[in-house]
Amino acid sequence: MAINRRDNDLQRVFTRRALLLGTAQLGLFGALAARLYYLQVMEAHKYHLLAEENRINMRLLPPRRGRVLDRFGTELASNRRNYRVMIVAEQTRNVDATLEALSKLIQVDDTQRARVKREIERRRKFVPVVVAENLSWDDFAKINLHSPDLPGVQLDVGETRDYPYAQTFSHVVGYVGAVAENELGDDPLLELPGFRIGKSGVEKVYDERLRGRAGHSQIEVNAYGRAIRELERYNGQQGDDVVLTIDADLQRFAQERFGEDSGAAVVMDIHTGEILALVSNPGYDPNWFNVGITGPQWRQLNNDKYKPLINKAIAGQYPPGSTYKMLVGIAALESGSMTPETRVFCPGHMDFGNNTFHCWKKGGHGTMNYVSALEESCDVYFYEAAKRTGVDKIGEVARKLGLGDFTGIDLTGERRGIIPTRAWKQGALGQPWHPGENLVIGIGQGYVTTTPLQLAVMTARLANGGYAVPPRIVRKEDGFGPATDQRPASQRWPSLNIKREQLDLALEGMIRVTAPPRGTAAGARIMQAQYAMAGKTGSSQVRRISRLERETRVRKNEEKPWEERDHALFVAYAPISAPRYACAVIIEHGGSGAKAAAPVARDIMLECQKLDPSRRPRSAPGPTTTTASGTAPAATKDGG
Amino acid sequence: MAHWSTRGNDQSISRKLRDVNWGLVLLITVIASLGFTALYSAAGGDIDPWADRQMARFAVGLIIMLVIAVTDIRIWMRLSYVIYAIGLVLLIAVELVGRIGMGAQRWLDLGIVHVQPSEIMKIALVLTLARYFHGLSYEDIGRIRWLVLPLAIVLVPVVLVIKQPDLGTAMLLLASSGAVFFFTGVRAWKFMLVIIGGGAALPIAWNFLHDYQKRRVLTFMNPEEDPLGSGYHILQSKIALGSGGFSGKGFMQGTQSHLSFLPEKQTDFIFTMFAEEHGLIGALVLIALYILLIAYGYAIALRSRSQYGRLLAGGLTTMLFLYVFINIAMVSGLVPVVGVPLPLFSYGGTAMMTLLVGIGLLVNVYVHRDVEIPRHMSGPLS
Repeated sequence: MAINRRDNDLQRVFTRRALLLGTAQLGLFGALAARLYYLQVMEAHKYHLLAEENRINMRLLPPRRGRVLDRFGTELASNRRNYRVMIVAEQTRNVDATLEALSKLIQVDDTQRARVKREIERRRKFVPVVVAENLSWDDFAKINLHSPDLPGVQLDVGETRDYPYAQTFSHVVGYVGAVAENELGDDPLLELPGFRIGKSGVEKVYDERLRGRAGHSQIEVNAYGRAIRELERYNGQQGDDVVLTIDADLQRFAQERFGEDSGAAVVMDIHTGEILALVSNPGYDPNWFNVGITGPQWRQLNNDKYKPLINKAIAGQYPPGSTYKMLVGIAALESGSMTPETRVFCPGHMDFGNNTFHCWKKGGHGTMNYVSALEESCDVYFYEAAKRTGVDKIGEVARKLGLGDFTGIDLTGERRGIIPTRAWKQGALGQPWHPGENLVIGIGQGYVTTTPLQLAVMTARLANGGYAVPPRIVRKEDGFGPATDQRPASQRWPSLNIKREQLDLALEGMIRVTAPPRGTAAGARIMQAQYAMAGKTGSSQVRRISRLERETRVRKNEEKPWEERDHALFVAYAPISAPRYACAVIIEHGGSGAKAAAPVARDIMLECQKLDPSRRPRSAPGPTTTTASGTAPAATKDGG
Repeated sequence: MAHWSTRGNDQSISRKLRDVNWGLVLLITVIASLGFTALYSAAGGDIDPWADRQMARFAVGLIIMLVIAVTDIRIWMRLSYVIYAIGLVLLIAVELVGRIGMGAQRWLDLGIVHVQPSEIMKIALVLTLARYFHGLSYEDIGRIRWLVLPLAIVLVPVVLVIKQPDLGTAMLLLASSGAVFFFTGVRAWKFMLVIIGGGAALPIAWNFLHDYQKRRVLTFMNPEEDPLGSGYHILQSKIALGSGGFSGKGFMQGTQSHLSFLPEKQTDFIFTMFAEEHGLIGALVLIALYILLIAYGYAIALRSRSQYGRLLAGGLTTMLFLYVFINIAMVSGLVPVVGVPLPLFSYGGTAMMTLLVGIGLLVNVYVHRDVEIPRHMSGPLS
């Protein structure tokens, strides 16, 4: 029985220990249950969200960007198809491997790789990053075929901006480009791969209107990022079109008229203020910026001495030269320092203090009044007028006419120019005003600078009878063709309170500028009476003529290097009988206003009147344009 | 072997079949059937490719189980050492010529079938230890010299399995063997000694781990750190469990599993999918079924009149427990990821066969609960 007792011992031990271990195992199952309770009840909400995040992919649907149209509906900026390949970082385990596989199908160079990796770092993991765009259809199809071997790669047919006229509208329409880091804001659209925003011109100023509102699509995806089904979709709202006041035909004509010359031209309606052409030559191709400008292209644009990236029409600040003389005279008449009958004798120079101030005509003009001084652009008359009137009064009239401040046009990069006054000099330079400095102000030199747009506005305000017409480049009311509001300036804009008689004298002077025999721009007049133009020449010195030069021989413009030649200016309005259009032209370092700028202005003004954009209905196409005809042979007269 | 006197020593096959614990068979059929539905869901609502094969295997396995159950327990006792020897030879063979599978040598190609010697060893080790300890008296257990041989019996295959390397199985072998030692009455302080010694050796053992094993342990410590790397599995599994919530997303509605965020949803992570679709309720019901199964195992062990039967049933039941516990603890992020399937549930033929053989032996102990086996039968020559 001893054996049995020992067997019982074994059984007892087994029973005890089996119960012990069983209990412990039950306890461990309890721990499992507790763990599951923790995960599935206490933390359920958190994990539910994580599961949804796993499962649902929000995709933004970029809206179609609005077009930019001219006043007749011609597309200046539109959209075209763009085949792109993108990579989504969270959908591939290895970005490098995917890029490597992709590079076997299309060209992916090292800089592209570096950029892609940088962008992946910067953006959220689920945002697709563009690897290459503007692919050919063949490449696109090839990638599509191999997509199972390319985890994280996404194909997409997007839209890209297209500027069909390339150079012609570059400074008006501007361009779009990739979103820079400091431009990332609240709008999730900005994080979209390859999304473009306006960087300059109307594209920038009206970016929000053109951009539209993003749509979105909720897509259920599996762990490999493959879309299973769409759960929800909102298509967003496409951007609005922006209609410009520009006439594409006139703009193109004006741009081409410049040829190789560097300069700017602005044409505006003197009643409505609509800008009909705004040219800065040379332009650049905005498509370069949209696609992604290359290093050589960028260097080429930046090193060009004609500065194609600068919109000279609104950002170029030039001394107005003799185009300033109308308002100097008006200031003199307003202040009473001179009357229309006041006569000044021009011997070819004027002495003041220790300085001698020269007239452009060495022999002198003889006896001049306001109108004849404008006609022949006599400097001595306006030295005298400025001396008597003083800089502050001149500045007051200049500001009334729109100089010295932003015109408020809806473009980027506008400069205000300088209309000097005593206070201005004290503030800007900390020096008092010298009476001798009044004289050069009289001929639009010295501290005075203006933009071509400001000069066009000035001319428009003179020609419309002294009303404060502001320039605008974007149509406020929708629609094409003539502006619905055709009231004259006198019923639309506040008066500048310039006396009619004084204005008429200024206009009389401008009419005589283009009239033979003595008008400085008689050689550039328009022969057809119904299109006849009035204007004023201007040549502004870039460099002071030294005394030594004066004493020996003043070099002709043609003899100087390009950078030292005078700027050639011309302001004009037309037709004389019933003024409607105003224009300002500057040819940088073009020499004399009469020879370089006036013929350009003449051709533009003639074309403008033929096209008559302010009155032409949308359906009527503009007449086929030819270079201006019926003009007088080029004159050799020079303007101050 | 002249006269084994008492009742139950000689039974007819039909008598034995009637004696089979049909409740237990029903229980495993219920668990396996839940598994079939899970596999059906895992395949996206298709019986192919997993559920159908799993059902066929279960059917075959059930027959094998019954055959094992009605075979005389004494035959199994006699074969115990032989089976162990075969297992050991195969383990050594796998070490020498094993084919590479899953980055580790675990499979042996025998022409027609691939066998996994470590699976055989799981059963063989329990059989062998049960037979060995059956021959020891209560006093013998207390003597260390009687423990040297069984320790060697355990450690040789464990070392071979570690070398494969298959840490999960090695630990499973170690733990189930430990349980058998524990059941025989080996003093508690000896266990403490081994545990403390093992703990002290842990830093040294760390250096012998493969990189992927180290990574698994480290990942377990902090799965969120590298969600797309090695922590991905645990994290996605936790998301699936947690998002299932109290009542689950519904049958075939598990987004984590069906959108492939959940890895290996038909094998090691099947519990996760089940719990995602059926929630905490479903998970607890399943765990309750396993508790019932294990309780059955202990009940069988306690009813057995022979030490061999007790140890065999106890060891197999502990192994069953370890499978279930480690698998669920793993998928819920309580222990590192080790490749342990959920018994009767996970897709896989080898595991299913091992389990049904084990349960067959369990039922065998029940059927032969009253058979008395003399101690001397444990001797190597009998």
